[in-house]
Amino acid sequence: MTDAVLDRLRGPGPARRHNARTIAALTANPGCTRRAVLDAAGVDKQGLAERAGHPAPFGQSGFALSRGNAFEAQLKADSGRLLRELLAGALGHDVPESYADLGADDDATLTARHAATAELLTGAGAALVDHPLLSLDVAGRTVFLEPDLVAARVGGRFHVVEIKSFAIVDGQADSAKVSAAAVQAAVYVLALRRLLGDDLVSHDVVLVCPENFAFRPTAVVLDVRKQLGTLTRQLRRLAGVSALAADLPPGLSFDLALPGAELAAAVARLTARYAPECLSACELAYLCRHEATGTTAALGRPVREALGGVDTIGEVLELASGARAPGPGQEEAAALLRAAARLRAAAVGL
Amino acid sequence: MSTLTALARAEAVAAGRAQPIATVRHLHVHPDPLVLVPVVMAGEPNAPLAALAGRDRAAPRLLVVAQPRNRDLRFAFAAELAEIVVGYAESHIGPSEAVAVDRGRDVRHRYLDAPQVWVPNPGGVDFLRLFGRSTRFRRTDGDHPVPPAVPLLGRWLTFLATQAEVPGSALLVAATQALALHWATGQSSAEDAQLGALLGWIDPGPLTGPEAARRAEQLPPAGPATDPDFDNRVLAPLLSAGADPADALRDQLLPTWDLMWRAVDLLRALPPGARVAGRWDADRDAFSGYVAHLRDTGTPQPRRDSAVAAAARLHRLENVQARYAAQRAFDDPLVMAEHRLTGEAFEGVVTHAKADRVDDTGKRPVLRPRLIVRTAEPVRASAGTALTCPDRPSQKATVISVTPAGDETDVLLELSGGMGRKLVAEPGSVPAVGDTVLYTTLTEAYRPGGAFPEPDRTPWTHGGPPAPPAQPTPAEAAEEWA
Ligand code: SF4
Repeated sequence: MTDAVLDRLRGPGPARRHNARTIAALTANPGCTRRAVLDAAGVDKQGLAERAGHPAPFGQSGFALSRGNAFEAQLKADSGRLLRELLAGALGHDVPESYADLGADDDATLTARHAATAELLTGAGAALVDHPLLSLDVAGRTVFLEPDLVAARVGGRFHVVEIKSFAIVDGQADSAKVSAAAVQAAVYVLALRRLLGDDLVSHDVVLVCPENFAFRPTAVVLDVRKQLGTLTRQLRRLAGVSALAADLPPGLSFDLALPGAELAAAVARLTARYAPECLSACELAYLCRHEATGTTAALGRPVREALGGVDTIGEVLELASGARAPGPGQEEAAALLRAAARLRAAAVGL
Repeated sequence: MSTLTALARAEAVAAGRAQPIATVRHLHVHPDPLVLVPVVMAGEPNAPLAALAGRDRAAPRLLVVAQPRNRDLRFAFAAELAEIVVGYAESHIGPSEAVAVDRGRDVRHRYLDAPQVWVPNPGGVDFLRLFGRSTRFRRTDGDHPVPPAVPLLGRWLTFLATQAEVPGSALLVAATQALALHWATGQSSAEDAQLGALLGWIDPGPLTGPEAARRAEQLPPAGPATDPDFDNRVLAPLLSAGADPADALRDQLLPTWDLMWRAVDLLRALPPGARVAGRWDADRDAFSGYVAHLRDTGTPQPRRDSAVAAAARLHRLENVQARYAAQRAFDDPLVMAEHRLTGEAFEGVVTHAKADRVDDTGKRPVLRPRLIVRTAEPVRASAGTALTCPDRPSQKATVISVTPAGDETDVLLELSGGMGRKLVAEPGSVPAVGDTVLYTTLTEAYRPGGAFPEPDRTPWTHGGPPAPPAQPTPAEAAEEWA
């Protein structure tokens, strides 16, 4: 029933599939109903933003992709010989010489690959499993995850392996990239736990990256317990989305074939919660930013908090000038704003 | 974010253009800076793709690595960049001045000028740091020789990038950070990180700030990452056809080049704060010291600091940070206003003053005038706190008591220092009744350094004594660079 509602929202186009990156992004703004509904329905948000007049740049460079692929191919070559050595070093355990490749990404084989993954992982199976297909409940819907990950079975437990092509130089890497990789790996840990149970899947994941300036890989172990906690909480919050979708007006549709104005109006029916973090995480960012003009949230959380949590710029300025009397609970924020306005005026007017 | 700056952002939204958050300029702007706009190859750890560089805004020099995966071309790029950067740095080795140190017991020499390199953003600083790391250990002899300028470039880039971590240093400047120190826009700091959008708000021309910022978002990014769309549609076809990407890359970089000079101009037009020159003196010291090091052993900076060096450096940086914050506040009433809002500074009127008060309870009588300052502002100080008045930086004011007086507060202060050597205060050195005064807990004084062991006494728990600085090993010099 719910799936039917979500399918109807999307229209006849194919549903966008989730991956760890989209789930990580989804949980980056868990308060946003708009994104939750559109993602649950598998709407092509990039296309939607374009049709509604606010295209956002969300491309990936082919150079980065091919570099990433070449790096991965090197690791997996020869039945994952290089990868096994690295994992043995990082985890302090021998990795048995067995490797199973579940085959390429293909819509038609989803169910078969999911079954094969389950069989392989629950059975005695291989130590390294390439192209497994996992599933996770996201926003009331079961979504398939297609990690290019390799789940390694070492010392009786599974470890998620995340292969990234950013470099670790002298033991240090870009912290934003490392934390993004950790969240994505945590998504796979959750999916794997759903299949095998919590005990069999370690919260220690292995991050494999090029070392220094060479193409040679190195492996580090990351503890993703914190990320798992956050993800679990946020996925739980998203679970109520299908109920939200059912409450939407029956005629509502995000079929990209509709006229742009109609699509923009449809988007406006879904409540958003824009924050500047959306700019790097959601294809609708320019659209939602436009809509959020004049709110303190659009300036970012630190600014909003420094302004006492007041919602709009207009209200902030009126409180600061004394033109508006503070509402209940606003007295302290208003006093601070008035003092700030006085000091600013005195100093700028010098 | 302080409420004052946040309010400035709100005002910027309403006004449709950026609002000042400083009344003076807080960094030195060199009359002849070197501007550098680097871009890297997507997905490659630190592989330069191109750079625009130069001191003449009308004549940027374009450096290109036509095949970014080709090692020889990459070193050729490094050699060309070295010619520009090292040449620029060394052009400041010239006349020097003698500076007294150790209470006049010794002198050291400081060059009259120092280099100043501008990059668009902190990513540009990171690029220079990594590129310095990948070139400073190279050797000009052995199995993998490189042109002599390459390891020297590595040392200079590492020096500049390390110096950029020192609060208030202006040897290597990230344009977005320098601008954001002086203006608040009506957008988020994530958007301010884009040089074009930031300048759009600050200097929108005939447009409104938001219009100019939106338009700037359509420009090529300011690097060091390229626009993925450009990679896929323009660069990839050129590279796979073996064609020269120079023109295409120049077109990508030129808009940022122009933005960089606009940023320099905008900042230069602001009047400098009184303490900016003093910080530039410290930069000239650092530069002079590094030139001396290169002439001495010239060893490359280690891959990582030893435990003791890292701890001492961290302590020093914290100290410099506190001093830099105080200096900016002392130089700029708008910055000081932020501290007044939080109670770290207060302005008030002197209601009582006893300028000739002498304390004769000790061995020798000493001049210790007392004042009462009445203020309507919040006061975070309590009895015993030492305060400073920016107009009288060498005078210490110790809080004796803080007493509420209706809606206001009376602060009783005892003054010491800065009044001459006699038991009678020099005229004007003690505030008089009716004067408006400002006192703050901020101080320019260096706090006493932490006790760190000498490097050769590093305990084994912290890795033991570090190896002495050394010339790069053959293994370091031959490090793969794919
Ligand atoms: S950009 Fe809009 S839809 Fe996307 S997460 Fe942000 S608020 Fe929600």
